Parts: sequence; C-alpha cells; structure tokens
Amino acid sequence: MTAETIIGAVGKTAEFRTCQYTGLKVDIAAQQLIKANAVAAVVFLALGGLMGLLVALTRWPAVHLLPADWFYLVLTGHGANVLLFWIIFFEIAVLYFASAVLLNARLVAPKFAWLGFALMVVGAVLANVAVLQGDSSVMFTSYPPMQAKSHFYLALILFAVGALIGCAVFFATLVVAKEEGTYQGSIPLVTFGALTAAIIAVFTIASGAIILIPTWLWSLGLISNIDTLLYRVVWWAMGHSSQQINVSAHVAIWYLVAALLVGAKPLNEKVSRTAFLMYILFLQLASAHHLLADPGLDASWKIVNTSYMMYLAVLGSMVHGLTVPGSIEAAQRRNGFNKGVFEWLRKAPWGHPAFAGMFFSLVMFGFIGGISGVVLGTEQLNVLMHNTLYVPGHFHGTVVAGTTLAFMAATYLVLPLIFQREIVWPGLAKFQPYLFGIGVAGISLFMMGAGTLGVARRHWDISFSDTDLSFAYSAGAYLMMGLNGLFAILAFLGGGRFVVIVVGTALFGQKITGGHKLAFPLHAGGGTAVAHYGSRGTWKLPGTAVLVALFFVSFALYYFINWKYLSELWLFR
Amino acid sequence: MAISPPERRIWWNEPIEKVELIWVIIAFLWGLFMFGFMIAWHFIGQQNLNKEAYRIDPSSYEAKVEAFAKKYQVREEKSIPVVKPPPGVDVYLLGRLWQWWPILELEKGVSYRIHLSSIDWLHGFSLQPTNINIEVHPGYEHVITLTPTQSGEFGIVCNEFCGIGHHTMTGRIYVTEQKRAEAGPGLAGGR
Repeated sequence: MTAETIIGAVGKTAEFRTCQYTGLKVDIAAQQLIKANAVAAVVFLALGGLMGLLVALTRWPAVHLLPADWFYLVLTGHGANVLLFWIIFFEIAVLYFASAVLLNARLVAPKFAWLGFALMVVGAVLANVAVLQGDSSVMFTSYPPMQAKSHFYLALILFAVGALIGCAVFFATLVVAKEEGTYQGSIPLVTFGALTAAIIAVFTIASGAIILIPTWLWSLGLISNIDTLLYRVVWWAMGHSSQQINVSAHVAIWYLVAALLVGAKPLNEKVSRTAFLMYILFLQLASAHHLLADPGLDASWKIVNTSYMMYLAVLGSMVHGLTVPGSIEAAQRRNGFNKGVFEWLRKAPWGHPAFAGMFFSLVMFGFIGGISGVVLGTEQLNVLMHNTLYVPGHFHGTVVAGTTLAFMAATYLVLPLIFQREIVWPGLAKFQPYLFGIGVAGISLFMMGAGTLGVARRHWDISFSDTDLSFAYSAGAYLMMGLNGLFAILAFLGGGRFVVIVVGTALFGQKITGGHKLAFPLHAGGGTAVAHYGSRGTWKLPGTAVLVALFFVSFALYYFINWKYLSELWLFR
Repeated sequence: MAISPPERRIWWNEPIEKVELIWVIIAFLWGLFMFGFMIAWHFIGQQNLNKEAYRIDPSSYEAKVEAFAKKYQVREEKSIPVVKPPPGVDVYLLGRLWQWWPILELEKGVSYRIHLSSIDWLHGFSLQPTNINIEVHPGYEHVITLTPTQSGEFGIVCNEFCGIGHHTMTGRIYVTEQKRAEAGPGLAGGR
C-alpha cells in the first residue's frame, strides 16, 4: 500500500527552488505556508506582548496603570495571544520547515494546510473579539463555573482544529517523503524533535476537545453543570501538554541553530533521540502539576504523575542540556577554538542574533524555567507556591525565556532562508536577544521572588485598598513587583524591536538573489566538525562538563532550600 | 548535522561517549532521589496535604458553616463573626464572592480539623504571610488538619481568579498563645 492510497488522491506536482546556502530543495508551497504562519505568529506576539506590558505596569504598585476590569480583560488576552496564538502559529511553521524543507520533500496537500491556517486565523481573531467585548475575562484557564461568552470557547475550538490540520499535513509529508525516497536513512534529529512536538500536539488537542466542546455546549445552555475538579484535570491535560509541544519544538530549534551556525552535530543520535522519546512517553502526565493543592486526589497519583513517572521526562531535558552545548563545544573545537576550557564559548558567534538567542534560551530554560518547574511540581513544595506569582515566574522562564527566545532566534535564520531577504537594521538585530533576554530573566526571577513572598497571581491590587479585612504584603514584595515592572519594560523593548525587525525585513528587506555573504555554518570547515559519535576521534568536552556541573549544583541547592522553607510552615496533614 | 539524516544508517549501535553516559546516570539517579523524597516526606515531614474530601451541595455547606459560626462566635469585626472553636471541634471556613467567612481565632500548637469549600466559584485559600496555598472548589468539602506554629494576625487572600472583585476577597485568622500554660512544655514551648 502506498502513501497515496492511505492519504487519498494527492497531486504529485510541486514547484521547487534550490536553497543557495544549504543546497536543499524548497517546495514553494511549503515556503508560502511557512511565511504565512510566521507572519501571523509575529502579529499575535506584538498584540500579546503589548498586553503583557500593560499587565506588568498595572501590577507595579507605584504605577497601577489599568482599572480592574481592564486589567483582567487584558490579562486574559495576553495569555491567549502569546501562549496560544504566537507559539502555535510559529510551531506550525516549524513543522512545515522540519518536514518539507529538511527532507527535500514536497508538502502534501497544501490546500488543506491553507484551510488549517484559515481556521487558526479565524479562531485567533474571534477569540480576541470575544475578549475585547469584555464579557469573557475568564483568564486563559476559563475555570467553570465562571463563564465566558460561547464564541470565546468556539474560537479556541476552531483554532485547535486548524492546528490539528497542520499536524496532519506534517505527518502526511513525512510518510510521502519516505515513500518517494527524498532522503536516505532516518529522518534528521531536528525533524525527529518536530515529530515529537506533533505527536504531543495530537494528544493535547484531543484533551482540549474533550473539555472545551462540553464547556462550549455548557455556555450555550445545553449542558447544565461542569464538575470543577474534572475540568481542571482534563483542561490541564491540554494546558500543560501544550507547553510540552513548546519544549520539544524549541529543543529541536536549539539543534537546528547549532547545526546551521557552528556546524554542530549531535554527539550521539541514540541519546538525543531517546531524550525526545522520553517527552512523548511521559510529558503528558504533567496535568497533575496543577492539581497538587486540590482536594480528593491521592498522594500516589500525585507523585507518579507530577514527577512524569520518576522524572523520566526531566531526564530528557537534562540530557538535551548536555548534548546541545556539548555538540556546540565539539564543533567549535573542531573549528579551531580549542584553547582552555571555554575558548569555544567565548569565541562563539555571539554577534549573530540567532546564536545569542538560542544560547540564552538554552541557559535560561534550564536554570530558571527548568529548576523552578521541578520545585513547583514537587508534591509537597507546591503548597508553598500554588497560584502565587511564582507560577507565572516559572512559566515565563520556560515559555518566554525558553520557547519565545528560541523562536526569535530561529526567525533570524528563517528571514534569509525562507523569506530570502536581508535583515534590515542588522545592528538592531544584533542586540535584540540581549535586551529581550535580560528583560525576561528579570520578569521571571522577580515574579518568582514575589511569589515566594506570597503575592497572588492574577490579582489587581496587592495593597487590598478596597477590602474590609486588609492585609499587607511585605515591603520586599512591593520591591519585587516594581522590579518586575522595570524588567517588563526592557522585555517589551526587546520584543518590540524583534517585531519591527521582522516586519521591516519582510516588507523592505533587500531581496537575496545570489552570491550572498551569509554562509552556513558561519565558520569555515564547520560542516565536517566532530568525528564520529563516541569514537576515539570525538573531542573531550570539559567546558560542557563544567556547565552541567554548575547546573546540577544550582538545582540541588535550590531544591533543598525549598524543603527548608516548607519545614518551617504550619503543620498540616 | 542535526538537519540531515544521521551520517551512519545504523546509528543506534554507536557507543555512547563517557561524559554523556555519566551525565545520563547522574540525572537518572537525581530523578529517582527526588521521586523518593516526595514519598519519604509523607513519613518524615509535617507538611502533607490531606486528600480527605466529600462531595457536598454548596447550600448545605453554607448551612453547616453558619451553624458553626453561631455556636462558637466570640465577637464581631466589621459585621463578620469572629469564631473561636474549642480544641477538638471541627472548624469550618467558606469562600464566596468575595470573602472568606467567618474570621477564625485559633490557638498556637493546637491541631484543628479545618473544612474548606466554596459556595460559588473556584477560590484559592492563601494564608499569608505563612504562604500556605490550597485550591478551594465548590461542591467539594476538603478537610485538612492544621496546626498553627506561630501566633499573631494572619491574612487569607484569594489567589484563584474569581471575577471582578477577586482582589477584594480576603479573610483573617487570629492565632493566640495557648492560655493553659500547664498544658506542658511539649506543646506551648519550643520557639
């Protein structure tokens, strides 16, 4: 049975161009779809980022910008636009790139892919309309019995169906590429990472359908009641798993950027692929992270699920945490930067925004997002932080410092490779990851700090000026909120700069026709970097060993400090 | 490179480099340790959230809390009853739009069975500045055994978004030093 009979009548004709840098065949239909999805992603990033700034300025007690109703409205919009629309549009672009472009293949059923894109656009616009109308300020999580207008849920369902179509096109493209023999052997590691993301996406969207369709019917009055605990269990099977799509996608991008810029090759295909496999097998259990402080759930259920079955998915991330910098170190040493422990890192292409963005993403995802995530997801420790600002602090470390920064880094490669335009204002672009990275590190850390001091998330007024029984948070908490506001401004300037560069380049960037100065990898000879995996020819990696040792010590210290905090709490059982 | 198929078709037989192997083992053992530590804390720790919960109709819960407040009320603050239950009595607290009700007065070092539920939407019980945070559902009566280890005035904040008045939703718990000093140094003493 051929792929054609499985998928149905699919036209075999496709128009290709040859990439002058990589020699890859690029399907023009795939290229158009990648452009469209990337542009839509950036539009929603701009909107959601602006909303994020308004949120941070309102939570800065000295500024307190928006009135309460607008604050809750804008916070709902912020979550939907950046956490869903920006990231998932971009991920669909990544899926098409990792399948059609990297495999030299044609994208299967581009019209179907356009249908998916249209549904996603309609869903995203409709959701924004619903939120801005003001009757759907239910936050990203939309916990019943609080109810939004029915078109808010419908918008999310339409968006999810569109994304599911994108995944289907990706899977079909993989099957057809294999069938038509467009590549030899196994799929590249980056494509394998994208496949991981797509598999998790299917699980995520299925969970979303299970909970959002009944919720939509409930908002129409067709279902009388939704159980709040059941909703949280199933909703988070979507809500948390969708973040695991991001992890898989941005780890794939780490490998992609490392390969293109320094010629890095996976140290060991087996290890890196097994680490991705751990994501597929265990990351979906993370719904439990959100239920550790809920009634009625057994400790054994919590422990097994919250730890992704004995931390096997965390193991996956820790492995990538070594193999990504390790492959860069090996390539750089082969490129000639072989002095001492850290010359390879010092002389890495820090002036290229794709490299700087990728490396900051790697470091901050591990040190800020990763460590805080494990602590927050520890059964008992969660009670210290559940629903405090620590939670957004953590996930700004994963989704903004990790995923968003990695996607921005990838964009600096997509612009010349897929849009075929020179980046306008390269000077602005050079420092963009630094500005955004510092801003995001600040927001993550200061929100985590405020959460440690008890400040509630999604809260308009931490001074409790309108309440009968007032309560005062410590002065430290106010300081943290002020610093959070300051760093949010930095992050906004960095994010705004990114949007301006992308829009400017897409519209006015000089067309790249041929003989361009960009060369991949940036260093001559990078392509042959690293001998064979695990053979005696492999370079020793002292720098990476130091980095992971530093990570491990930070992780263990911070983990035990939190147990110390917990042991000082009132006793409860 | 990571963007092209593996150089060797039979990539799964490649030996693993030592530095990678060591890290995989360390990371795996650390994961096992953290997994084991959560289990261990149930035996060695004093902070484990009870799973005990009952389904209850919100109006029945409201009636229970009102009866409890009426029985043990000692005074009133801002027209909210302040309730001081004797040790050993079940304590009831409810969350609603937008207040935690009633105000409780507890004794340091005494263990109380505290019932938590909401009569409308989801709320977040956030005891400050102690920083104990528990999700409160409508329709589920959650019972925890709580032992205050500090005395003074404590705020209860709502940290689950519950609509436009969310930031005005607060409550209070007073914790007094144990009056019966003769209860023994084991309970009243310490820090």
